[in-house]
Amino acid sequence: MPEIRIRKKLILIEEIFHEGGPVTATPQRRGAALAVIHNPYAGAYVENIADFMEDLNPLGLSMAQSLLAALGGNPSVIEGYGKGAIVGASGEIEHGALWHVPGGYAMRELLGGAKAIVPSTKKVGAPGARLDVPVTHKNASYVRSHFDAMEVGINDAPRADEILLALVMTTGPRIHARVGGLKASEIKGEDGLR
Amino acid sequence: MKAKIRKIAVFLEETLTEMDRPVDPPTRRAAAAAVIENPCAGKYVEDLSELMDIGEELGELLTQKAVAALGIPGNAAESYGKAAAVGENGELEHAAAVLHPKLGTPVRRVLGKGAALIPSSKKRGACGVSLDIPLGHKDAAFVRSHFDGMEVRINDAPRANEIVVAIAVTDSGRPLPRVGGLSKSQIKGEDGLR
Repeated sequence: MPEIRIRKKLILIEEIFHEGGPVTATPQRRGAALAVIHNPYAGAYVENIADFMEDLNPLGLSMAQSLLAALGGNPSVIEGYGKGAIVGASGEIEHGALWHVPGGYAMRELLGGAKAIVPSTKKVGAPGARLDVPVTHKNASYVRSHFDAMEVGINDAPRADEILLALVMTTGPRIHARVGGLKASEIKGEDGLR
Repeated sequence: MKAKIRKIAVFLEETLTEMDRPVDPPTRRAAAAAVIENPCAGKYVEDLSELMDIGEELGELLTQKAVAALGIPGNAAESYGKAAAVGENGELEHAAAVLHPKLGTPVRRVLGKGAALIPSSKKRGACGVSLDIPLGHKDAAFVRSHFDGMEVRINDAPRANEIVVAIAVTDSGRPLPRVGGLSKSQIKGEDGLR
């Protein structure tokens, strides 16, 4: 099993007070935890890569823990989540797909009983590439107020033989959400969708 | 508070390896950035004292946020820097008014010391523009291991009538410094230079 070699980590926390409308008493907070790791499969086609998912589990959990701590440490205030990966130029998009299971596992484990699928995106990119990580409500994917996204990236990553991994959590709806749809207060919470 | 803040973003970056060599302890740096309304946007304003007062407020707020992200007492900080990006309806002089006259005093108060000039950069730009915040040792500007820079950006700022103001604080220098010069153990700390 390849070991996880971490070059750097970044925590990014945004507090949003308004966006031209009324200033909220409680700002919406969005946070991202990023880790830049060596891609053990860079440079050649490797058929069997799936075992690496299990190796990534502890890193995913520690990223989720760091992110939750930076957002105050209380899992019940986390309402939205998302994940993503940018694979350096000597890797394949399939290497980014290795993050689906460990990234999702990490946040579900920590947030306790989150029902919705963790929305995700990924791409191959150069250092400084930006990723718009999609965000949806953790218990019901169709909650329209929580459809969101957070742009993340690191100026010097991913290098060609690296993967940048990202987890995102939010504490509430878009700051001036007002386009209708399913509300968080209407969640049935049975199927992770509504 | 005079500053009308739309959002605040805090970045915490840790470097654990560089070229596969461990960085032990990891180098850590934090930046806090506020997106504020530019009260002087869209017209020529002779007296920029309102922006200077805003700079004083942000000097304290952003330094506290950066130090809190690092989880260190203020006097354990090693280097610092500041920068601002003015939206397209503002002048470069607005960035100067925020950064130069009054921002430094509260920064130094939070950090306990800071004999050296706070290195700075400024620019005008659109949403998502990157700021390269220059970094230098806070007590002796010539400490070569601490000459550095930290890139930050916020995808949705500055809008035309906004300013992004950022302060970076570190508890370390570059990851693997080896180009000689004055080292931090040689600081006399009398003139802010050596």
